[in-house]
Amino acid sequence: MIDLSHLRADFPILHQQVNGQPLVYFDNAASSQKPRAVIDSLVHYYEHDNANVHRGLHTLSNRATDAFESAREKLARFIGAATPEEVIFTRGTTESINLVANIWASEFLKPGDIILYTGMEHHSNLVPWQLAAKRSGASVQHIPVLEDGTLDLENINALLTEQVKLFTCVHVSNSLGTINPVKELCAKARALGITTLIDGAQAVGHMPVNVQDIGCDFYVFSGHKMCAPTGIGGLYGRAEVLAKMPPWHGGGEMIDLVTLETSTYKAAPARFEAGTPDIAGVIGLGAAIDYLETIGIDRIHEHGAALTSYAMQRLTELPGIRILGPATGDRGSLTAFHLASAHPHDLVEFANTHGLALRGGHHCTQPLMKRFQIPGSSRASFYFYNTTAEIDRMMEILHRAVTFFS
Amino acid sequence: MALPDDLRELYQQVILDHSRSPRNQGQLSADSCVHIHSDNPSCGDEIDLYICFNDDGSICDIKFEGQGCAISQASTSMMTEKVKGISREELTQLIQDLQQTVLGQGEIRNPEALGELQLFESVQKFPQRIKCALLGWRGLESALSKNSLSRS
Repeated sequence: MIDLSHLRADFPILHQQVNGQPLVYFDNAASSQKPRAVIDSLVHYYEHDNANVHRGLHTLSNRATDAFESAREKLARFIGAATPEEVIFTRGTTESINLVANIWASEFLKPGDIILYTGMEHHSNLVPWQLAAKRSGASVQHIPVLEDGTLDLENINALLTEQVKLFTCVHVSNSLGTINPVKELCAKARALGITTLIDGAQAVGHMPVNVQDIGCDFYVFSGHKMCAPTGIGGLYGRAEVLAKMPPWHGGGEMIDLVTLETSTYKAAPARFEAGTPDIAGVIGLGAAIDYLETIGIDRIHEHGAALTSYAMQRLTELPGIRILGPATGDRGSLTAFHLASAHPHDLVEFANTHGLALRGGHHCTQPLMKRFQIPGSSRASFYFYNTTAEIDRMMEILHRAVTFFS
Repeated sequence: MALPDDLRELYQQVILDHSRSPRNQGQLSADSCVHIHSDNPSCGDEIDLYICFNDDGSICDIKFEGQGCAISQASTSMMTEKVKGISREELTQLIQDLQQTVLGQGEIRNPEALGELQLFESVQKFPQRIKCALLGWRGLESALSKNSLSRS
């Protein structure tokens, strides 16, 4: 396994005791920690360059605008967009999906249309579509999930039909760790003229992502799961698709000409970015990309896969454990499990008193928990600053928990 | 590494014992019995309470089914052992005292009636578990008002 433990020095938060024990932070799928470089970029912006973007003719505004737009260029390159104009800044994955489920859907969904998603979507990629279906008279259908945590694609041709107007799928499942064959699915959808949206919340910053290679129309993600601040994220939209979409929020920055009667609007991305944006957040996101690129996204992915594989192998030591998701093959850097002897909340509570941060519950995937007939699960999710020594520490704590609760 | 004291207090032997072997499990099927379903959607804990009332509003029999964490299941199991046969006024007082024990607010009027339920004061240190400890008790409150309504 490649050793990235020297990078821990870049993360001030990791060097603390929680409940009298050294912190082991395994809740990265919920939110990652921030390196000094990202924190410094926020301080630097507020101490030196703070001003509104795209408006002023003064030096500070120009500096802020340059930093803001250069982050957009970095992000476009990072995810393989054809141009920076295909990248819209949002508050994160949830807002990005809601933008498409409101604006794209309002223009293109008609009664009788079908929205196809999968049984392993996060609530944020289910609820907006259910709302869109209700508004438009369309209906929702889903691709089922197999026992091994992969998609049941046997009947895909019966599900992915010309009646489907939008197909959406999570790139990496936040509960199962499954990496879905999004490129193949998008190719199939595209051949039928179906618009596609991929939820990359657990993928971007964790593995190489290239939206043009995937061939999707929309790709959505959050900054805070990839070392950037909370409250900033992105929506990639293929230029051709964005051009056909009406504006979202009305306000400053998204307009060309405003009269007291009517207005004309700018093209993307400004069309979808009304109002003063989260400038510091965008700059922080740019700093996060710089930081991740100095490590190398391939190495981050390789390290995450190795940690996950080691954790899954060690977890099988625990009696009565059921590990969710694919047992082998390439996975996202997380593993969720259910122990017969301890409810996830008791287990996570026990872990927390030992300084170990896990997630317990349904992970915003209630339909998936129902599918596997469990009330919830406990999840350990990793990032490049985690180590096998920390997994050993987790196992020590989990063994004690099993003894305690059995 | 020793077990942290807070954890020992939260999961005392009595609580672990009730969570492993909950008392009064099952359903009551009489027509007059009140059925209440309570859940914590954020964590998936569920309790189904079945309660038969006497004419004076006291509880003649109580059973429950549920799934969830040790705290929610033990709290409900211990509740079912306490509430049978006591008067309606005592029941109301018990519910109030239990809530104040868990929340750490207000005066406990009848600590003796609470008995081992006083152990749940440890939940005060774990605010995210308050709703677990109160899940069955919220169901009991709903059952009491449902029963009062059906009689008025």
